[in-house]
Parts: sequence; C-alpha cells; structure tokens
Amino acid sequence: MSTLLAAAQVQAPEIDYMELSPIFALAGGSVIVLMVGLLRSFFVRRAVVPVLTAIVLLTAIGLTIWIWEPGNRDPIVEGALGVDALSLGVSMLFYVAGLVTIALSLRATNALEAGHGEYYSLLLGSIAGMVVLAEAESLMTLFIGFELLSIPLYVLCATHLRRRTSLEAGLKYLVVGSVGSATLLYGLALIYGATGAMEFDGIRAALAGAELDASDPLLLTGIALAATGLAFKASVAPFHQWTPDVYEGAPTPITTFMAVATKAAAFAILIRLFDSALGLSQLDWGPALAVLAAVTIVVGNVGAIAQRSLKRMLAWSSVAQAGYLLAGVVVGTQLGVRATAFYLAVYLLMNVAAFAVVIARERVSEYGDDLRSFENLGRVSPWLAGAMTIAMLSLAGFPATGGFIGKFYLIDASVAGDYTWLGIAIVIGSVISLVYYLRVIAVMWMGRYEVELPTVPPRRVRPVAGWSPEADARAQPEVLAVAVACAAATIFFGVMPDPLFDVARDVSSALPGLH
Amino acid sequence: MTIHLSIVLFLPLAAGLVGAVLPRGLARWAGLAGALAVLAYVVVMLVDFESGGGLQWVTDDEWISELGIRYSLGVDGLNLFLIALTAIAWAACTLVAAFADTDRPRLFFFNLALAETAVLGAFMAQDLALFIVFFDLMLVPFYFLIGGWGGGDRVRATTKFVIYTLSGSLLMMAAAIALGVLATADGGELSFSLAELQQRSVPEGSQHWIVLLFALAFFVKAPLFPLHGWVPDTYRATSIPVLALLSGVLSKVGVYGFLRIVLPVMPDGAQYWQELFIVLAVFSILYGSILAFSQDNIRLVLAYSSIAQLGFIVLGIFAFEEKGTQGALLQMLNHGLVTVPLFLIVGVIAVRARGSESLAELGGMALRAPVLAGLFLVTALATLAMPGSGNFVGEILILFGTFEDNLVYGLVASAGVVLAAVYMIRLYQGTMHGRVGPAVDSLEIDRVNLAAVVPLVAVIVALGVYPQFVLHRTERDTSQAIARTHPEVSVIR
Repeated sequence: MSTLLAAAQVQAPEIDYMELSPIFALAGGSVIVLMVGLLRSFFVRRAVVPVLTAIVLLTAIGLTIWIWEPGNRDPIVEGALGVDALSLGVSMLFYVAGLVTIALSLRATNALEAGHGEYYSLLLGSIAGMVVLAEAESLMTLFIGFELLSIPLYVLCATHLRRRTSLEAGLKYLVVGSVGSATLLYGLALIYGATGAMEFDGIRAALAGAELDASDPLLLTGIALAATGLAFKASVAPFHQWTPDVYEGAPTPITTFMAVATKAAAFAILIRLFDSALGLSQLDWGPALAVLAAVTIVVGNVGAIAQRSLKRMLAWSSVAQAGYLLAGVVVGTQLGVRATAFYLAVYLLMNVAAFAVVIARERVSEYGDDLRSFENLGRVSPWLAGAMTIAMLSLAGFPATGGFIGKFYLIDASVAGDYTWLGIAIVIGSVISLVYYLRVIAVMWMGRYEVELPTVPPRRVRPVAGWSPEADARAQPEVLAVAVACAAATIFFGVMPDPLFDVARDVSSALPGLH
Repeated sequence: MTIHLSIVLFLPLAAGLVGAVLPRGLARWAGLAGALAVLAYVVVMLVDFESGGGLQWVTDDEWISELGIRYSLGVDGLNLFLIALTAIAWAACTLVAAFADTDRPRLFFFNLALAETAVLGAFMAQDLALFIVFFDLMLVPFYFLIGGWGGGDRVRATTKFVIYTLSGSLLMMAAAIALGVLATADGGELSFSLAELQQRSVPEGSQHWIVLLFALAFFVKAPLFPLHGWVPDTYRATSIPVLALLSGVLSKVGVYGFLRIVLPVMPDGAQYWQELFIVLAVFSILYGSILAFSQDNIRLVLAYSSIAQLGFIVLGIFAFEEKGTQGALLQMLNHGLVTVPLFLIVGVIAVRARGSESLAELGGMALRAPVLAGLFLVTALATLAMPGSGNFVGEILILFGTFEDNLVYGLVASAGVVLAAVYMIRLYQGTMHGRVGPAVDSLEIDRVNLAAVVPLVAVIVALGVYPQFVLHRTERDTSQAIARTHPEVSVIR
C-alpha cells in the first residue's frame, strides 16, 4: 500500500552528494582513465594510466575516510543507496584490493594486450559496482551493483588474449555468472512478491508485521534462490565449480582481485540481505546456510589437497574460506558480523600476499604456477618465500598471524550463536587444510638442495619492454613489496588486532537490529 | 606486576631475531647467548622463589580485550621447575647445535629460539587462550626444525607430526572457546583467565566433551597410546638436539595442561573420564615398555620408553591423590632431565658408529670411552628409577598415589618399573659393553657434548640426593591443583 502511494506522487529522491562522492570519483575516474588510455604514447599508457587509476582509488579512500561514521545508516539516495560503516568498511577493502591489483598488473602482459586504458577502466568500473552493491538499500540497486561488478570482471578474466585458458575462463565465468545472476534476480523477485517491498527496511518491516508468516513458501523460495545466486559469486559449495577453472585461467592479478574483492562484496551483501533485511527469519534460513557452510568447508579443503597448481589450490582454499566466513553470517548476531568483517580484512591480506608471490614466480619460472616453481624458493629469494610462508601459516590458522585471530573470532561467534558444531567444522576444515598449506612451505624450505634450481635467473638483467622471462625476481620490486607488506600486516594484526577490532565493531554497529 | 617474566619469555626470541640479521657465522652465538641468558635468569628465579607463595612475578595486562584474552603470566610450584627444565634443556641443546655444522644457521637458530619462547610461554601462561596461542605456536618452529634439518624422510615426518598435534590442539581451541563462552553468564564479559574460569561454573554435561577434547590434544602431544602414531617417523627423522627438546620438554607441555587447566577448571569432567584415562595410562606403560624392549634402533628404544614414562605421569595425575600428583610433577622434571642427555649421548654414539643407530651394529664402546660410559650409566640408571635417583622417588610417589584408590591399576603399572630396567639395561649393554661393533670407533665423548651433558647429569644426581628441593616448593600448588577433584570436597560444595 505504502509503495503504491509513493509511486503515485512521484518525487525526486533526496540525494546526499557528499556521501555519494566516492562513487562519483570511481565512475568519473573510470571514464578519464579510459580516455587517457586512448593516447598513443606508450609511456602514457604504460605509466600514466596506472598512476591515474591509483590516484582515483586514493581519492575514493580519502573521501571514504572523510565520510566515515559508525552507527546508523545514512540514506544517500533515498530508497536506493545508503552509507554506513559496513558499506564503507568493505569499500575500503575494494579500494585496497584495487590498488594492489594495479601494482601487480604493472608488468603483466594481460594489461598490455587488453590496452591499458580499457583494462584499468574496467577495473574501476567493477569496483564501482562493488561499492554500489555494498551500499544497496533495495533489491533493485542490489541487482544493479551485482551486475556492474560482474560484467567488467567477465571481460577482465579474458584479457590474456593470447592464452586459450584465459578466454575460456572469461567465457566460463560469463556463463556461470549469468546463471547466478538470473537465479538471484528470480529470488529477489519472489522476495518482493512475498513482502511487497523493494527496500530492505520495507522487507524488514513486512517480516516484523503480522500479515506475513516467516515460513511463507513464496518468501522461503525467494530466499533460497537469492542465496543460491549470491553463493555463486561467493563460491559457496555446491555452487563453486567454476572457481578453480576461472581462478586458474584468469590473469593472476585479476584472480587476486576476484579472490579478495569479489568475495568481500558478496559477503557484504550476504550480511546486508540476510542479517539485516531478512534477519527476523533467521531461524528459517540459518540451519540451511549452516549446512552450506559446513559442506563448503569440507569440499573446499578436500578439493585443494589434490592440486599442484598454486592458483587452483588457492581457488579451492578460497572456497573453504568462504565456508568459514559464512559461519559468521549464519549465526546472525553482532558478534558474527564482526567476526566476518574481521576475517574479510585478514583474508585480503593473506591472500594478496600469497597471490603476489605466485605472480612473482610464474613470471620467471618455466613451470608457471606449478608447485615446482616454488622449489627451494627459501634459498633463492627468502623474502618472497617468507611472505608466502606467513600467508600459508595464516590461512591455516597458526597463532601470531591474523588468520588465527580471525578463526578464533569466528569460532567464538559460532559457539556464542549456538552453532557449536559449525565451530568444530571450522576446526576440522583447518586440520584438513594443513595438508596442502604445509606442502607449499615444505617445497619452499625443505626441498633437496643438491638439485640445481632450473630457474635461478641472472642477477642483473634489465627488464626488456616491461617484462621478460630473463628478468630477475628483483626486477619486480612492486610485487615483492606487496607480498612483504601484506605478510607483515598479517603478522601485525595477529599480534595487535585491536585496530581491526575497532573497525569491525564500527561495521557491526551498522546493523543495530541484531543482538 | 613485574616484567621479569616478559623478559625471560622474549629473551630467546629477541636473540633469535638478532641472530637472523647478523652475518651467517654469528647467528649461532646469538642463539646460544639467548639460551644461556634465560638459564641464568631462571637460576636466579629458582633461588628467589618463595615456597608456597602462590603465583609469583605475575604479569597481567590487556591483550585482546574483544576476545577476552589477557597477557597474563605467572610462576608457581606447578610450572617453576618445568620452566627451569626448559631453560637448561635449551641451553644444552643450543650449545651442541652451535658447535655442529649447521646448514642455514640463521634460520635454524631463529627457529630454535622461537621454539624456546613458545614453550616458556605455554608454561607461564595464566590465560587459557594465551596458553593455546603458545601451545600452537610451538609447532611452527618445530615444523621447520624437523623438516629443514632432519634426516631421512623428514618432510613426510614433520607433516605427520604437525597434522597429528595440530588436529588435537585445534579441537582443543574449539573446546576452550566453548568453555569460555559457556562459563560466561548472560551479559558478562568473555574471559579466558584461568583464575576467573575457576570461579565460574560450566555445566557438567558440557565439561565432559570439553575435557575429552583437551585430553585429546594433550595425549597426542605427550604422546600416549593410541595417539602416538607420529612418534616413530618423527623420532627417526629429527636431528639430535631438536629431538632431545621434542622428547624431553615438549612432551611435558601437554601433561602440564592437565594440572594447570583441566583439573582446576573442570574437575567434574576430569572425574568423569578418570577411569578411562587411567586405563590409557596403564596401557601406555605396558605398551611403551614392551615395544621399547623390542626395538633395534636406539632412538626408538627411547621413544617408546618415553611413552611408558608419560603413562606413569598421567597415571599419577589422574590418581587424584596428593602423592600421585607430586610424583607426576617430579617425574615430569626427571624425565626431561634424563631424556635430554640420553639423546645427546645417542648423538655421540651415532657419530662414533658412522651414523649407525642400530643396536645390532653397536657395542663395546665403553672400552676406550669411560667417561661417556659413566655418564650414560648414570642417566640410564636414573631412567630405570634406581633407588637413589629422583625418578625412583617420582615413581614411588605415583604408585603410592595410585594404590590408595586404584590398587589393581597400581599393581599393573608397577610391572612397568621392572620392564624399564629391562630395556634400559639392554640399551646400555648393547651400546657400551659386549663385542665391539663392526663400524664402531671407541672414542671419548667430545668436549662440547661433555659440557652439555655434565651439568644435566649433575642435576640428576643432585635431585636424587635431595628431591625435597622440588617437593617442598611444589607441595602446596600440586595439592591445590587437584583440590577440586576430591570427592569429599565436591560433596561439600
């Protein structure tokens, strides 16, 4: 009824341009980068475009800090977008992931092949989509954000124009992603049909009202379909099958971006949709999602054991991590949201560190991202190996790393939310994961050293035209810097997690309806 | 509130970090200096310790308030001597390693130092979550030490070791979080402080499974039958100084956890499983002793004898009698003190037998190495609990404690004492006496190992003469550790 009334007297929504500014920066920046990329000078395309992109992201970060405010949600476009600590917090993750991706793409061939302007412009477009998704306040903007983040990614996956697997990855992602989008759209439509509201607040109110039964079949079907659509994006089993293939085929900087940013976006909207909008029917979807989480943990960890390709292994591991993260959403409490937010941040650090090392190795080793190119890395370049080791230990959940605190937090949230068995599932998953994480460490540090490493590159070769196989690992200082910085941050937040806890607390304060 | 314990705790790590940035040749000296400094500090603490004075040198700070984890350290009778054992064992083993030709010395000594910090931290922690942090952290350096500097199939062995132990300790982590959450009243602050947890109560039904998961972690670490699957591979693959620490010190962290955490915090759960754990302990004594008797590899003789000895310790703890607990604590110290020199001597023997560690190929070494034989004899006799040794006192106390309520198990366990004599004498004779083995060079013990072993043997002898030094200082705290498990006390509550 109220929606009808609102529709009758059409009124321009109130827009808060200050809080909308990061999206403006991203969209505008995307266009500028695209235009500048059209210039013919190779220097401009090779150096100016990435720098411009980085400036755009830094501007967005600055604007986000400017409007940062914990607490209640602030509508910026009434009924469509809203800003709160949750959306701003995950936006920061997107921006950081974007910056990292720029650094990792500097010497990548795919950026060259795709034309730098298009490449970076698409990256910014995808980030803008994520921000819209995180700020979505209605089912409509949710879907727009979802598509805006996905479509550039489909293209980005295929930017290795001369590699079959990259094209295959792009196509596969497009097909699977479209199925996911369609399912999500169907689900959203059913939720709208059941509740009669597009806005999350309206859905919440409808659920609180007496007219709608929480176990209404229409609503439950809608929830199930929407969950399925989002599960595709978050690579939650059994909708994860695309993950290893796409992660392996996509250019590694893009894989890094997908692994950390897309996951953060998917979980931001999972939290928003389930814990906030549908929070009142948690008793209905909670057990189902909990089972999904447990299945994901087991499937991801078991799937990773057999992998020799590091990118595939990290893909399976990201499936497993999605299961851990889902546990925080399932419990539907403030503590759960905090734990998920905390883990997302740590997850970004440790995965970026791992992927950066993979990039550094696959560029100089003839074995690509196979385990063999990591043999005796501890002797060849101890800094890279050290960063990788920390990333692996953190992913496995060893103490003194951020991963340990994150898992501790998630288990704490599960137990406190009466899902003790899910906490145990996380633990069992971690035990299984030791098999493949420790294998990487063993290969790097404990190989037989009589074997001459086939890939020890000469020390002083100037990189030719951006990148050449002869170039030493030292010729990629930015990759090394990203890996070491992220590994150091992983350790830092494992010992001093309080700053991240403060952010996580802010984030959870965005959802005051939870207990 | 003092910072003494923090200094002791982080001294090795600091030394290891310094060593990691020093030139290759100097790393070992940094590691050694750190270990010796800790030893000196701990000796001062031993002198300064006030018997029966409760927790001393307490450090208690906020660490992660969000999770209720406090940086809380303290020393009392329960851990004083285990800390001392850690310090002396690390000093001896770092000394031996420093004079050996070690590949990648910076990494090696950094890991060795990190391991000491982690073990000290686990012993000192007065917060359950902090204990778990250090308990799990121990595995990282040992993973590298075994996998990077071991022999044979070291990577497989170290992976197996870590997966075994971490399975246990991750489940323990889940159980500990559940304990913390269940013990928190609605609206209360989550806390893992051991003192606080003792005040709060946990429903008895939950105690059962929580204690079981804790025991799983501790028994894997100990190791106890049937969770000892990692033992043979790991003992074969690990280099001698690291193995001495693994067997002598690391195995104590788990059983110590019973005294520090399980019995005081969850007495009902501990009582519920008492029978099962006693059976496991007795079974371990027999199983370990019999296997130790049938091994050819001298490392494995000691490996299985450790299982038997740890069985004794667990038996003493779960007798829930003051004598038993005291004996168990004394025996933890004794076992560590004899195991470290025994393994160092095994290393010495292997060098003199061109790497062979098979009893069939050894023998007759005492001929030109009387000092080596003499040191070996003293430690071997102490291990088999010869009257006059500290181990004798420990085992007698454990058996007395067990006889009070569990006569049958006590009688069966006493068979273990006899079996210990059999396998230790067989080990000693097989290496030192008899015909000179085909590959054996009978040479005297070298100076480095002598310097490492002699102080340990001196401590063994001293404890044999005057065990009251330990018993007096631990009496009050051991009886308090089991106070809540006493049936009479429970009835009163």
